[in-house]
Amino acid sequence: MIALRAGGRIAADRSQQVAAGLLWLLAAALVLGLALPLAAILGKALTGDDGRFAGLAQFAAIVGEARFWDAVSNSLAVSLTTTMIVLPLAYVFAAALTRTCMPAKPLFRALALTPLLAPSLLPGIALVYLFGNQGLLKAWFPDGSIYGFWGIVIAEVFFTFPHALMILVTALSVADARLYEAATALGAGRIRRFVTVTLPAARYGLISSALVVFTLVIVDFGAPKVIGGQYNVLAVEVYKQVIGQQNFPKGAVIGMLLLLPAVLAFVIDHLLQRRQRALLTARAQPLVVRPQAWVDVLSTVACAAIGGALLVIIATAVAAAFIRLWPYNLSLTLAHFDFDNMDGGGWAAFYNSMKMALATSVIGTLMVFGGAYLAEKTRAAPVARQLLKLLAIIPMAVPGLVLGLGYILFFNNPANPLHFLYGSMTALVLCSVMHFYTTANLTATTALKQLDAEFEAVAASLKVPFWTTLWRVTLPVCLPAMLDIARFYFVSAMCTVSAVIFIYTPDTVLASVAVLNMDDAGDTAAAAAMATLIVAASALICLVFSVASWWLSRRTQAWRIR
Amino acid sequence: MNRDWQATGAVIDALRVERVAKRFGAFTALDGVSLSVKKGEFLCLLGPSGCGKTTLLRIIAGLEAASDGALFMAAGDAERDVTRLPASQRDYGIVFQSYALFPNLNVAQNIAYGLKGRREDKDLRVTALLAQIGLPGIEHKYPSQLSGGQQQRVALARALATSPSLLLLDEPLSALDARVREHLRREIKSLQQKLGVTTVMVTHDQEEALTMADRIVVMNHGVIEQIGTPEEIYTRPANRFVAEFVGQSNWLAATSAGIGQVLLGDALLGATVTPPRPDGHPLELFIRPEDVQLHASWSPVEAQIVNTALAHVRKIELLGGFYRIALSVPGWGGQQLLADVVRSEFERLNLSLERMVPVSLPANRLRAFGPSTGAAA
Ligand SMILES: Nc1ncnc2c1ncn2[C@@H]1O[C@H](COP(=O)(O)OP(=O)(O)OP(=O)(O)O)[C@@H](O)[C@H]1O
Ligand SMILES: [Mg+2]
Repeated sequence: MIALRAGGRIAADRSQQVAAGLLWLLAAALVLGLALPLAAILGKALTGDDGRFAGLAQFAAIVGEARFWDAVSNSLAVSLTTTMIVLPLAYVFAAALTRTCMPAKPLFRALALTPLLAPSLLPGIALVYLFGNQGLLKAWFPDGSIYGFWGIVIAEVFFTFPHALMILVTALSVADARLYEAATALGAGRIRRFVTVTLPAARYGLISSALVVFTLVIVDFGAPKVIGGQYNVLAVEVYKQVIGQQNFPKGAVIGMLLLLPAVLAFVIDHLLQRRQRALLTARAQPLVVRPQAWVDVLSTVACAAIGGALLVIIATAVAAAFIRLWPYNLSLTLAHFDFDNMDGGGWAAFYNSMKMALATSVIGTLMVFGGAYLAEKTRAAPVARQLLKLLAIIPMAVPGLVLGLGYILFFNNPANPLHFLYGSMTALVLCSVMHFYTTANLTATTALKQLDAEFEAVAASLKVPFWTTLWRVTLPVCLPAMLDIARFYFVSAMCTVSAVIFIYTPDTVLASVAVLNMDDAGDTAAAAAMATLIVAASALICLVFSVASWWLSRRTQAWRIR
Repeated sequence: MNRDWQATGAVIDALRVERVAKRFGAFTALDGVSLSVKKGEFLCLLGPSGCGKTTLLRIIAGLEAASDGALFMAAGDAERDVTRLPASQRDYGIVFQSYALFPNLNVAQNIAYGLKGRREDKDLRVTALLAQIGLPGIEHKYPSQLSGGQQQRVALARALATSPSLLLLDEPLSALDARVREHLRREIKSLQQKLGVTTVMVTHDQEEALTMADRIVVMNHGVIEQIGTPEEIYTRPANRFVAEFVGQSNWLAATSAGIGQVLLGDALLGATVTPPRPDGHPLELFIRPEDVQLHASWSPVEAQIVNTALAHVRKIELLGGFYRIALSVPGWGGQQLLADVVRSEFERLNLSLERMVPVSLPANRLRAFGPSTGAAA
């Protein structure tokens, strides 16, 4: 009799071999598109001008500069102020959406989420038109004071509001009605209930959204670039070092430092989420909200004010795109869309963006979903699976600017056999896929986890290879999640500036980059026009996706109806 | 019962598990488990939660690799080593506790999932299987439109569709309510007998194991405590764990006193003591409540019956079809003794709390185990 030694393995059948091959392929793609570029930054930051190992000498040099500390304190001031403004606003909005009987909730929700369709440059441009030197309301910010701290803060509030809102809505929707009943029965008043029940339950949501907002602001360079004036922040500093002065080591060092807050926020959030799970017991009773006239009216007023402000900003940018010469000649024109006769990339930039967003959407969805599926549902190649899971959470903590910098340093190295990819559409797509990987992967994993874990075991017992089950069961069931991922990828790729600003070439210039360049060149109206196009394309795609999911769910999700 | 395999003589086992062990890191989930399943047999793996039943079943299925040991399955007239064979190359059907029906496929598509060949053949097979499980005409329903019991049977039909030589069931009835469960026990058992398919079922419900199995494997903490027919397991449990896990039991502290004799209180009683113990060795006497006999009168005839004494009646409890009487026998050290008495018998006995009643413990049902939680060995 053969007594196998400990740790016996089961031989892999053909489908498991295929799965293992694909897993290694995906892991390799993440190593190439994420791990190696990040390693390249670290390498650069630690290497001196002479190409020798410099240790932390360059960090020390930069930390010694007063200019650096100015940027640090400015970045912190902007990020903290924005967080403190966004949080209460988003909380009120989220509470109104989840805990009141306010009318027209879907409308308010859609309005609050529109900033997601725009690059962070758009609010900056709108603010120029509202409060800038020629602004309609320039009296509010006399002497061009909008260019600086407050301009950045207002633009970032606009940009980060929907992110905070989504987290808080999720946190507030999981209230346990039993706790409120208990508190009321014990005689707790409205305020006591808020402090003892609502706040503790929403605590993690509040912290989580604060971290997200803080990180988004500190790594964003779109808004400060457009409206920041002389107010120097870290993200812009990286850009200036790399693009303006071609000082890669210095850019790399500041990039590494920029990674710190993002990584820190990510780690804190991760730890908190682990603790939050216990909060949601399976026996929680959903809270039923009852109409309460004064609360509902107040909520409507507050949401209308917030939503109105967001709308004014978008509308200003859109209006500026169609107005001949703000504010002197308000007649309408399409002249600002004549991109081909201006600097910045022309219409080609817009088509490039569409191409890039489409490719990112398709490739990203396939890659993320394939990776999540193989990692969750197969048992092949354990090492590759672990590697894939680990690499998938890293992009969340990496600012786009840093990733983009990694791409130049890695792909633009003549010694790299992949050098030919530098500046190509392929590199742009790969960079965008990586940049937004974590969020997409989370959506895919959540959807996959809802499927019975034994489907694959049943299929194996019936001698059906995994790809058949993937095609016939997993994909159809996860179709709504896949559409979500595809839409997210498209819109994100359309709007991103920071991830691509370092790696486009004149042939692959993108719409969001064109906005930046045209604004830089002083052609603000054209920049507004291009930003408007981006919003329009994103909105159109969202619409297409909504229709598609409605149609597909009618065709393929019939089984959901009981 | 399906006992064809006994008549044929020296046929090989459908499945043989040889000293299989499974370790998860430092934790040992299975520790040298050996058993065999005969062709056509219905074997139940019975044990408390966490004892490793599912792990063993998954190793048999090839969904989990054994850390040690070997597995053999019958292939024609020979036996082949399947220890390292992937799940897709073993020949079995499986039903999970969750059923794992594909939610977006209708019943017919679910059942035909593993079938190959022409469409018409598949349809015929599906129709035949649905008739067999007693659910004709539900081909076009989706799983969410079926009751739990119906889903369970569809999952069974799917597992049987490819006519596997081995059927594995992991707590197939535990998600159902009591009445459906009882009904399905009979259904599954009779279908299994009709098809003669070798079956291994995991359960932690002793009643389920006793009513369905040809043989039961009682497991605890990753080892096998006893293998035997339901009758053997119930009437001749190998140790205290098995005796307590299956059915009700009385436990009386006693000491050994010669071959086939024990000292209980001041009385010498006849009992089955295996293996024999030195005199004075502490023992625990085991007898099932329904094996305790009560007598209507105390006459010289009763006094002659072995292991008989007078008992106080402490409590009378009606439990549906029978009464459970709590007794204490002064002559046997006054320990509490439970006796189950069917209603007709109860009326004849005319019991009351004021009167004493003669009680006997039949020597062949009175079994002695070593003390502590260990086995009788
Ligand atoms: N993948 C795993 N990693 C670590 N421990 C495991 C794993 N799978 C099972 N175990 C442990 O092995 C033991 C046996 O598990 P198993 O699922 O076989 O129990 P079971 O007898 O089926 O119990 P139940 O009746 O609760 O289903 C348990 O203690 C369990 O915690
Ligand atoms: Mg189990």
